[in-house]
Amino acid sequence: MSTAAAAQRPSGDPAPFMASEGLSMAFGGIEVLKNIDLNIRAGEVHAIIGENGAGKSTLMKILSGHLRPTRGTIRIDGEPIALSGPVDAEHRGIVLVHQEILLAPDLTVAQNIYLGRELKKGFVLNDRAMNEGAAKAVRNLGADVDPVQTVGRLSIARRQLVQIARALLVPHRIVIFDEPTASLTPVETDALLKVIDDIRRSGAAVLYISHRLPEVKQIADRVTVLRDGRLIATRDAAELEPIDMARLMVGRDVSKLYPDHVPPGDTAPILEVENFDVPGYASNASFALKKGEILGFAGLVGAGRTELMEGVVGLRTGRGKIRLNGKPVTFGNVRNSMAAGIVYLSEDRKGKGLLLQQDLRTNLTLASLNKFASGMVIDSAREKTALDNAIGEFDIRTRNKDLLAGQLSGGNQQKLLIAKMMLLKPGIVIIDEPTRGIDIGTKEQIYKFIADLAASGKSVIVISSEMPELIGICDRIVVMRSGAIVGEVSGEHMNENEIVVLATGVTTSEVA
Amino acid sequence: MTDTTTTKAPSRSFWRDVDLRAVAPFVALFLLLVLGSFAHDNFLTTNNLLNVMTRSAYIAIIAVGATFVISAGGLDLSVGAMVAFVASLAIMFMNAGSIASPLGMVLAAMAVMVLIGMACGLANGLITTIGKIEPFIATLGMMGVYRGLTTWLSQGGAITLRNADVQATYRPIYFESLFGIPYPVYAIFVTGAIAAFVLYRTSFGRHVIAVGSNEDVARYSGISVERVRTLTYVIQGLCVAIACLIYIPRLSSTTATTGMMWELQAITAVVVGGTALRGGVGRIWGTICGAFILEIVGNVMLLSNVISEYLLGAIQGAIIIIAMLVQRWLVRKS
Repeated sequence: MSTAAAAQRPSGDPAPFMASEGLSMAFGGIEVLKNIDLNIRAGEVHAIIGENGAGKSTLMKILSGHLRPTRGTIRIDGEPIALSGPVDAEHRGIVLVHQEILLAPDLTVAQNIYLGRELKKGFVLNDRAMNEGAAKAVRNLGADVDPVQTVGRLSIARRQLVQIARALLVPHRIVIFDEPTASLTPVETDALLKVIDDIRRSGAAVLYISHRLPEVKQIADRVTVLRDGRLIATRDAAELEPIDMARLMVGRDVSKLYPDHVPPGDTAPILEVENFDVPGYASNASFALKKGEILGFAGLVGAGRTELMEGVVGLRTGRGKIRLNGKPVTFGNVRNSMAAGIVYLSEDRKGKGLLLQQDLRTNLTLASLNKFASGMVIDSAREKTALDNAIGEFDIRTRNKDLLAGQLSGGNQQKLLIAKMMLLKPGIVIIDEPTRGIDIGTKEQIYKFIADLAASGKSVIVISSEMPELIGICDRIVVMRSGAIVGEVSGEHMNENEIVVLATGVTTSEVA
Repeated sequence: MTDTTTTKAPSRSFWRDVDLRAVAPFVALFLLLVLGSFAHDNFLTTNNLLNVMTRSAYIAIIAVGATFVISAGGLDLSVGAMVAFVASLAIMFMNAGSIASPLGMVLAAMAVMVLIGMACGLANGLITTIGKIEPFIATLGMMGVYRGLTTWLSQGGAITLRNADVQATYRPIYFESLFGIPYPVYAIFVTGAIAAFVLYRTSFGRHVIAVGSNEDVARYSGISVERVRTLTYVIQGLCVAIACLIYIPRLSSTTATTGMMWELQAITAVVVGGTALRGGVGRIWGTICGAFILEIVGNVMLLSNVISEYLLGAIQGAIIIIAMLVQRWLVRKS
């Protein structure tokens, strides 16, 4: 394959080939990467998978010149090299497509793509050439984006394409993608996978980091598994099923990821929402939640699930009927719904869930401070006890209790957020994307926590874009499309096919 | 074995980082005291130091209020103009002479100042929160309004306390001492103590920090962001009023330029004290320390005769920039 790919390359330069030998990285005496021997062939998509903290990001940062390894060698075309920085790496044809969108929102697509490497005629910017170049670069990715459009007006998926176009503008031999599909819809993901396939066909290598194992199976030629900073295995993707990859990542059997949960019988609903509108996001939504039930909300990103729930709990303006235990209620703001025993855990853990710059105690008690205060004065001893309890109960792994929330790993941040909201002693818990960006071991714990919560008589609404997760833990799944509830599945109908049909509307006549 | 190293190494660097940022202003104050003692023999005398502290009282107290506003992610540029406005109205109130007893008049004027100060703060707060206008622009506008109203009230001249009895009753508040310590120095420390208690020990204070750290997180945690922000401006107004209480007996007069550039000095004191301008960190004692530093720099310049005292403004301006650079450097080190 690599020879075929090399043959397609326009010029006669040698096939890209990068390898690391005995690569190790330590931060403050702690080894986060141990003796990594990795080789990347020209014209392959090489997936790197591993749990959070396995060392994937560190490895990518070393290969793209952002970090210097403590020990070990990197070779390109067999020559040992020392990367002095990301610019040096780019000169050698190694480009990294960052996970976050790093674009200036007020500049145009072309201005962003050429930022820092503007084309000039003498001293003057050559806007026409840059616009044409940008249009061509974006078109090569199979997208149609106006180069003079301001980036801030583009959807997340299109911004990502612009970012990829920018990265691919430099002559590249190895393109590194760091979880590129984390915020993309299935359709956009498919488009991106096609782009990656094109890069592979052009003879360049792709290093692909993802949490989504089925996607890895679909696109990768080879898969390297990291665990605890060690390279566990490099295999042909054809040999591995997603479940095998998960097993290699975790180091033990993970077939029983989802806990058992007995759906509640035919009891009266505890929460009923009728004809609820959230202007611009959701319209005429009706659903009911029973005591002890786990109700899923499926749909594509942008289907209005998050906004509907935010409207219901009073975080957004919404109109419609809400009945709690049969009694009509209105939540003018989120304090009202909290007082009524409903909590909402945002999908945006870092942006809306936790104060990353503050310590664990401050975060834990923030939503329920009045329980820790006599009058206006906070009792810090009671807060400390609460933190100890939360660390024990929710298995929050922290090397010391004075850390800032931002210093915890994603999974432990999620546990802290859950602990924080559970201090409100809610009867109804709405969790939005409970396991986004979280490793499989912690996922298992969170699923168990949700099942236990329901078993103890609380009711849970889970919004998730991961269908296996919804099917695995929910009693019933409501499906939304374009701001409307388009169906509900339960029992044997809870399968990916039926949900996808509802979520995308592909087989119905009225396509969204 | 590896476990013990993982727990120890990072925690130590974390504490070193936190300590440095909180301690830096006090170290700077100490160094300045050492420097001052070389500059002039009279510098390190109780008398001179108490005098310096007394003169720093307005800025220190206003800056304590600014610590709340800035910690919650806001900014108030109108404080200097507000001092002129509130003090002018209070003097006019006393000149109106509707209360016979001088003491009663002074007490009533104090109440008037507190009410007007809090009302001005409330106006600033509501414009930024309900009006959703950037605090920089909102308070810049209000700075013009308060300053303009003062100029109009004084008709371009001075507003002077005319009643000699009232003046005599009020004078001691600035000039007299209790147990050898001037009243304004008590005012600084009492205000600081109450402010520190409110910011560090009450749920309101915790909410201030939360709102300044991340408004969205605060909102999703059920905190009324608008209410908390507005209240910080009201506290700022109250602190301005307290500063006016001490200011009036000193000169018994205001003009259109009273309190000019005090907003710069107050913000400088806050930043020098280690409070982050982006919000989420508030250091009351650091702020007071920052106000002392500003005044001592002026005092040393005056005593040493090495640098012209006309350069005071330039030096104070430079201090805020240096303080920001030091803060940034300390953050990067972490």
